Amino acid sequence: MGSKIEKLLIEFARIHRFMMSFLREAVSPPYEFKEIIRQCYEIGWKSFPLISLTGFIVGFVFTKQSRPSLEEFGATSWLPALISIAIVRALAPLVTALIASGKVGSQIGAELSSMNVTEQIDAMEVSGTNPTKFLVSTRIVATTFMIPVLCFYVAGIGLLGGYLSITAKDDLSFLAFFTQVFNAIEIKDIFAMVLRAVVFGFTIGFASSYVGYYSSKGTEGVGKAANSAVVSSMFLVFIEELLIVQLLSLIS
Amino acid sequence: MEKGKVQINYDDVVIHVDKVSKSFGDLHVLRDVDLKLYNGENLVVLGRSGTGKSVLIKLISGLLKPDKGDLMVLGEAVNRLDDRELRALRQRIGFSFQNSALYDSMTVRENLEFPLVRNKRNLTRAEIDKEVEEVLDGVGLLRAINQMPSELSGGQRKRIGIARTLILRPDIMLYDEPTAGLDPITCLDINSLINEVQERYNTSSIIITHDLACAKMVGDRMVMLLDGKFERQGSFSEIFDTDDERVKPFYDYNFIV
Repeated sequence: MGSKIEKLLIEFARIHRFMMSFLREAVSPPYEFKEIIRQCYEIGWKSFPLISLTGFIVGFVFTKQSRPSLEEFGATSWLPALISIAIVRALAPLVTALIASGKVGSQIGAELSSMNVTEQIDAMEVSGTNPTKFLVSTRIVATTFMIPVLCFYVAGIGLLGGYLSITAKDDLSFLAFFTQVFNAIEIKDIFAMVLRAVVFGFTIGFASSYVGYYSSKGTEGVGKAANSAVVSSMFLVFIEELLIVQLLSLIS
Repeated sequence: MEKGKVQINYDDVVIHVDKVSKSFGDLHVLRDVDLKLYNGENLVVLGRSGTGKSVLIKLISGLLKPDKGDLMVLGEAVNRLDDRELRALRQRIGFSFQNSALYDSMTVRENLEFPLVRNKRNLTRAEIDKEVEEVLDGVGLLRAINQMPSELSGGQRKRIGIARTLILRPDIMLYDEPTAGLDPITCLDINSLINEVQERYNTSSIIITHDLACAKMVGDRMVMLLDGKFERQGSFSEIFDTDDERVKPFYDYNFIV
């Protein structure tokens, strides 16, 4: 029992040191702009096909499933407002974060861990360069920036899915749909969406980089790191979602 | 292939390992180890696998911290430096990894540029290109400049790994099993390269190996790690002129079997 507590405390100390090291390297020059842009491309641009499909299906299916309930009260005209609130307030950031945890988290975890296994991280260190700056800071900055971008995109494509679902049965113009959508959401909803996405993006980048950077040696370590990057990212995203919802309801 | 004449300054100690101990859990790898590397010298560290040879050079380069003792490298106590100071010192230490540790997402050119552009930020593009090409030419692999590490053979990867460390013109070179996993002819090439580096770049080197042909070709002096201590040191013949059952199999396997 004592040794388990000791291990846990050591783990916390290491997470703290990793966080401090990231913060120090992220704000202090010289900056690795080229690598940040490359990571944004890898994390953001390459996720577009998967995120497009997921966002569209979520919007389409959610609208389709919501219709019968509203139909009972003859309130199908409220569908645009309902889906816009649901997508902007909850679905877009959460769906983006969960997809990114799987796709981006596993990629970062496996990449850093295989670099660790093949001593590439040690090679960077002994050549007088800073692996935290080049490998970790760039990835965390890229996820923190790109997840909100992807989140806006998911919201847009999800609403488009919703619109197509509505027009399959009703006659509704694109302009009328989006007028209702924007009337239903407030600026604080957009703010909450961005806040969630930024927090989720940072979490996915940080957790995945951490497990990859400190993975155990051997090919098994790479598999474990990829797996635990996804699991820990998703777990933390759900915990944060819960906390942010509580926080926002307290504020409002 | 005879080793060329090199100038060793026995008054100038570039690495001093002073009563260093290192354990991993209950496994005591190094016990009160003492070692000196002199300026211009190629020192070979021999020993069985798992005896702590690689741990020793990882301690010297600051990748690991000793449990006890002091490590003076180029006049600096490695184990007491902060991150910034350690990074500055590491620019003067070249580390050639056993598996080369090339950055596999980068071309050979980018591998060599990586430490250069980050440690010498005032260099122009033309100067960077010149440096990279010069060092690659020095290891005989200029033609591989735009290749990816995955397209290279084991021997080529070793050479590129050495070139990447030479790009910063280090004072000290640390070679971890430079001939491991290579065919005999490539081993000879790598051994010649180690001697060439010593002569051309005036480096002092520690070569970790259990390949006695390599040790004989490149070493000015040898030490043997036995049970966590350097129990034998001297020339090749001084090390192996013994009936010690822990030492004899080394020689027998390499030269008799």
